[in-house]
Amino acid sequence: MRKALSMLLAAAMCTSLLAGCGGSSDTGAADNTADSAADGASTSAAGGVFKLGGTGPLTGAAAIYGNAAKNGAQIAVDEINAEGGAIQFELKYEDDEHDAEKAVNAYNALKDWGMQISLGSVTSKPCEATAAETFADRIFALTPSASSVAVTADKDNMYQMCFADPNQGTASAQYIADQKLGSKIAVIYKNDDVYSSGIYEKFKAEADAKGLEIVSATTFTDASANDFSVQLGEAKSAGADLLFLPMYYQPASLILKQAHDMGYAPKFFGVDGMDGILTLEGFDTSLAEGVMLLTPFNADAEDEKTKSFVEKYKSQFGDVPNQFAADAYDCVYAYKAALEQAGCTADMSAEELCDKLIEAFSSLTFDGLTGETMTWTDGAVSKEPKGMMIQNGAYVGM
Amino acid sequence: MTFLSYLISGISLGSVYAIIALGYTMVYGIAKMLNFAHGDVIMVGAYISFCATSYLGLSPLVSVVLAILVCTVLGIVIERLAYKPLRQAPALAVLITAIGVSYFLQNAALLIWKSDPKTFSAVAGGSIKLFGGELTISAVTIVTVVSCIVIMVGLTLFTGHTKMGTAMRAVSEDKGAAQLMGINVNTTISVTFAIGSGLAAIAGVLLCSAYPTLMPTTGSMPGIKAFTAAVFGGIGSIPGAMLGGILLGVIEIFSKAYISTQLSDAIVFAVLIVVLLVKPDGLLGKHVSEKV
Amino acid sequence: MKKTKNLLTAGRRDYLISFGIVILAFAVVQTMILTGNITSSLKGQLVPICAYIVMAVSLNLTVGILGELSLGHAGFMSVGAFAGIVVTTSLADVIPFAPLRLALAMIVGGLLAAVAGVIIGVPVLRLKGDYLAIVTLAFGEIIKNIVNVLYIGRDAKGLHVSLLEPKFELAEGGKMIINGPMGVSGVAKLSTFTSGFVLILITLFLVLNLIHSRTGRAIMSVRDNSIAAESVGISVTRYKLLAFVISAAFAGMAGTLYAMNFSTVTAAKFDFNTSILVLVFVVLGGLGNIWGSIIAATLLTVLPELLRAVRDYRMLIYAILLIAMMLFNNSKLKVRLMEKRAAKRDSKLNKEAD
Repeated sequence: MRKALSMLLAAAMCTSLLAGCGGSSDTGAADNTADSAADGASTSAAGGVFKLGGTGPLTGAAAIYGNAAKNGAQIAVDEINAEGGAIQFELKYEDDEHDAEKAVNAYNALKDWGMQISLGSVTSKPCEATAAETFADRIFALTPSASSVAVTADKDNMYQMCFADPNQGTASAQYIADQKLGSKIAVIYKNDDVYSSGIYEKFKAEADAKGLEIVSATTFTDASANDFSVQLGEAKSAGADLLFLPMYYQPASLILKQAHDMGYAPKFFGVDGMDGILTLEGFDTSLAEGVMLLTPFNADAEDEKTKSFVEKYKSQFGDVPNQFAADAYDCVYAYKAALEQAGCTADMSAEELCDKLIEAFSSLTFDGLTGETMTWTDGAVSKEPKGMMIQNGAYVGM
Repeated sequence: MTFLSYLISGISLGSVYAIIALGYTMVYGIAKMLNFAHGDVIMVGAYISFCATSYLGLSPLVSVVLAILVCTVLGIVIERLAYKPLRQAPALAVLITAIGVSYFLQNAALLIWKSDPKTFSAVAGGSIKLFGGELTISAVTIVTVVSCIVIMVGLTLFTGHTKMGTAMRAVSEDKGAAQLMGINVNTTISVTFAIGSGLAAIAGVLLCSAYPTLMPTTGSMPGIKAFTAAVFGGIGSIPGAMLGGILLGVIEIFSKAYISTQLSDAIVFAVLIVVLLVKPDGLLGKHVSEKV
Repeated sequence: MKKTKNLLTAGRRDYLISFGIVILAFAVVQTMILTGNITSSLKGQLVPICAYIVMAVSLNLTVGILGELSLGHAGFMSVGAFAGIVVTTSLADVIPFAPLRLALAMIVGGLLAAVAGVIIGVPVLRLKGDYLAIVTLAFGEIIKNIVNVLYIGRDAKGLHVSLLEPKFELAEGGKMIINGPMGVSGVAKLSTFTSGFVLILITLFLVLNLIHSRTGRAIMSVRDNSIAAESVGISVTRYKLLAFVISAAFAGMAGTLYAMNFSTVTAAKFDFNTSILVLVFVVLGGLGNIWGSIIAATLLTVLPELLRAVRDYRMLIYAILLIAMMLFNNSKLKVRLMEKRAAKRDSKLNKEAD
C-alpha cells in the first residue's frame, strides 16, 4: 500500500518537475507576447526591447519595499516605452520573500526568462546572494536599494543606486557634528538587520572620531519590535539630547509614539529608511514634528520630475511613493542613459551588455529623482544626501 | 522609580501577550490543538477594526463589535473547512494544517490590504500620570488589563458553570465518552473556535492599540510569544495563560533593562526553559499522571 | 513465520524505495544537466533540495521514530552552517581541494551540532509533548540570538572570537568570518549537487540502518510506550538522547551543505519558520516514513517555484495546496485507496504462500 502511494507521489513529482521546466518557459513566452502586444507597435525601433529583471520581497514582512521598487521601475518602463524611443524595456520582478535562498531561485527564474540586464535585489542580504550569481554569470546589475558594502565588494558588474550603508552612517555622524545638533547621542538599532547594524557600525566609528559622545546604544529584533520603553528609558536617563534611529519608518513610528507618550522629546535623527513616515496611513504626523533625516528623495519636492512621478504613482498604485520606488525609477532611466551612451542593441547577449555597461557606467553622469550629477566608482554611487527636517507634516530642506 | 516604570511597561506588554494567550489556551484546552493560525486571526480582527473606523467612520466600540463578529465567523469557517475533516487524524496533521491556514490568512491579507503598514488609532486614548509625571500608565494598558481579567473570569465561569461549558470540559476529557453522553462534539468544538476567534479579535484591537502598527505579518510574532506564554502558564489553564502572559512581558522588559537588549530574546527563552524544567507542566498546569 | 517475513520485507522495501528514488532522481537530473535540458531555476534548487531532504530525514528521526515534537531543528542547522563556514574559510590555504574541505567542514558542523544536541537534549528530553516542543523552540531562538551577536575573525595569529561586539583587532590581511548581525558574506561556494547526493546517501544509509536495528526498535518502543519499554530494561533516557543527538548531527551537516551553497548567510535564516518548514516536510511525508520525507521535501521546495507563473497569488495558492494535501493525506479517499492496494497485495502474498 505504501508502494502505491509512493508511485503516485513520485509520478506526481516527476510530472510536476518536468511540467515546471517546460511550463516556465511557456509562460515566459506567453508573457512576452502579451507584454509586447500591450506596449504597442513601437517595439521595432533600433535599440530594441531589453529584458530587465529584478528580485524583491513581494510577499512577507518586507513586502512593502519590494512592491515599491517594482512599482517605481514599472512607471519608468511604461514612460520609456510610451515615448517609443530606440530603447525599450520589458520588466519582470520575481518574489524573493526577503530571503537569500529564494532570491537565488527568483534570479534563476529570471535567467530562464531570458533576462539581459538585472536590477539585482531590493534588500541587502538577498542581493549579496544574487550579486554572487550575477558576477559569475556576467550579467550586469544595478540595485535600487540593497545598500550593504558586501553587495558590491569585489564585483566589477554590480552597482548601487542608493547610498552604501557606511556612507549613511558616516554622513549622519558628520552632519550631526558639523551642525552641532547634539552632544550626547543615543542610538536604537535593529540587531538582526544588515542595513540597520551596518549603518550603526560606521556611525559609531565616525562619531568617536568627531568627538560625539554616544551615551546609550540599544537594540531590538524582529522578535521584540513592539515595545521600546526600555530603549527609550535608557536614552532618557543617560541624558541623551539626540536620538539616532538607523531603521525603517515602521518601527520608527512606534518609537516616536512611545517617546511622545513618556514625555521624552530629544531631537530625532533618521536615515533614508525613515522616508515614508509621513505617508504612513493613519499616522499622526505631528509626532514626527522636528524629525531630521538624510534622504535622497522627497516626495513633496516641487520640481517637475518628482511631481509627475508622484502623481503617476498615486493614480496607478494608490499611495505615495517612497525612496525605494524613486531609486528603482532612477535605475531604469540610468540604464536607458547608459545603454544609449554605449550604443547597445537588444540582440546583444547579457555578457556583451555587461562589458559595455561596465564601461558606460564608469563615465556616466546621471540626473534623477534621487540626486543630481550622480557618478559611480567601484559600483558605489556618489550623490549628496539631502538633510531634511519635518515641519508641519512636510519635509523642509535644512 | 525606573524599576516601577519598567514594571509597568512589562505589565502592559504582558497583558497584550496574556489576552492573546487566553484565546490560544481556550482552543488548546478543549480541542487539544495548537492553533498556529490564531495570531493571524488577530491580524484580521485588527484590520477589520481599522477599516471600520478609518474607511466607514464607525466609532471604535462598533468597530470592535464588527471585528468580533467577522472573526467569529472566520473562526467557524476555518474550523469547518480545514480542521474538522482532520478530527480523527494525528495531532501533528492538524498542526501543519493550521500553519497552512496561517500562510493563507497572511497572504490573503497582503492581497486585500496591500503591503504598506497602517497606523492603528487606539480605542482608548490618554494616560494617567503619577508622582509628578515620572510614572505613566496609558489608558490602553488599563483597558487591556481589565479586559484580560474580565475575559479570564468570564471564561472560567463559562466553562465551569454553564451547560455548554460543561460539555466543553467533557469533550476535553474524552471525546468518545462525551459523545456517548449525548454531547454533540462537533458543535462543541465549533463553539470553542468561535469563542477563541472572537477573543482574537479583541486581542487584535488591543495589540494594535498598544503598538499601533498594522501589517499582514503583525500577528505572527505576538502569536508565537503568546503561545510561549500559554505553555509557560500551563497550557489549557485559563488563569495560567494570564499569569504566563504577564510574567513573559515583565521578564522581557527586565532582561532588556537590566541585562542586555542584544541578548534579551535569548534570556527570555532561557528563563522559560528553566521554569519548565522545574515545573514541567507550566506554572498552573494540571499534572496528568501517566497510565500504564 | 509469516510475520517475521513481513517485517523483513518491510525493512527491505524501505531501503529499496528510499535509495531507489534518490538514485533514480540523481540519474535523471544528471542526464538533464549533461544534455543541457535543465532550467537554471531547477539547477539552482538542487543543493537546497538536498539539504532539506537531509533535514527532513533527520527530523523524522526525532518526530516520527522517537515520537517527540521538535520545533527548533533549524537551530542545529545554524550551528552546522556557521561552523562549516569557519572551517572552510580557515582551511582555504591548507586544503586547496574543495570536496575534501567541504567534507571536513560537514564533519565538524555535524559534530558541533551533535554537541549542541547533547547540551539541549539532556534537560529537554525530561519534558513531554507540547512542553518539550516549546523548549526546543526556545533553544532554537537562543541559538539564533547567540549567533547573531557572534563575531569571529581570522588573521595570521589565528582565530579570534568574541560576543556582543568585535573586541579584537585583526592584523593586516585578516578577515572577519562571522560579522555579528551582518552574518557571513562573500563565501566561496563549495556545495555541489553531487556532494548533496552523497550526503543524502550517507544519511539514508545510517538512518535506515539505525531504524531497522535493535537500537531502532528500542527507540520505537520508547515512542509507543515508554513505561513498558522501561519495564523490559530499555533505558528510556539513553535511547531518547541517542535519537535526538543523531538527528541533530545530520541537521548540522545539512546546515553546512546549505550554507556553502550561498555566498551569504545570516543567523536570522535559521529561525522558527525554517524549523516549521522542515516539520511540514516530515508530517506531509508521513511520520516515520523516510522516503515520504524525501518526496515531501522535494515537492514542497519546488512547488513555490512552479507557482511563479501565477504571480501575486503564488503564496496564497501554495497555502491552499498545503492545506489540501494535508486534508487529502488524512481523508477517507486515501484510506480507501490504500486499503484496496493492501488487499491486493495480501491476496498476492497468500497466493505465493499457497
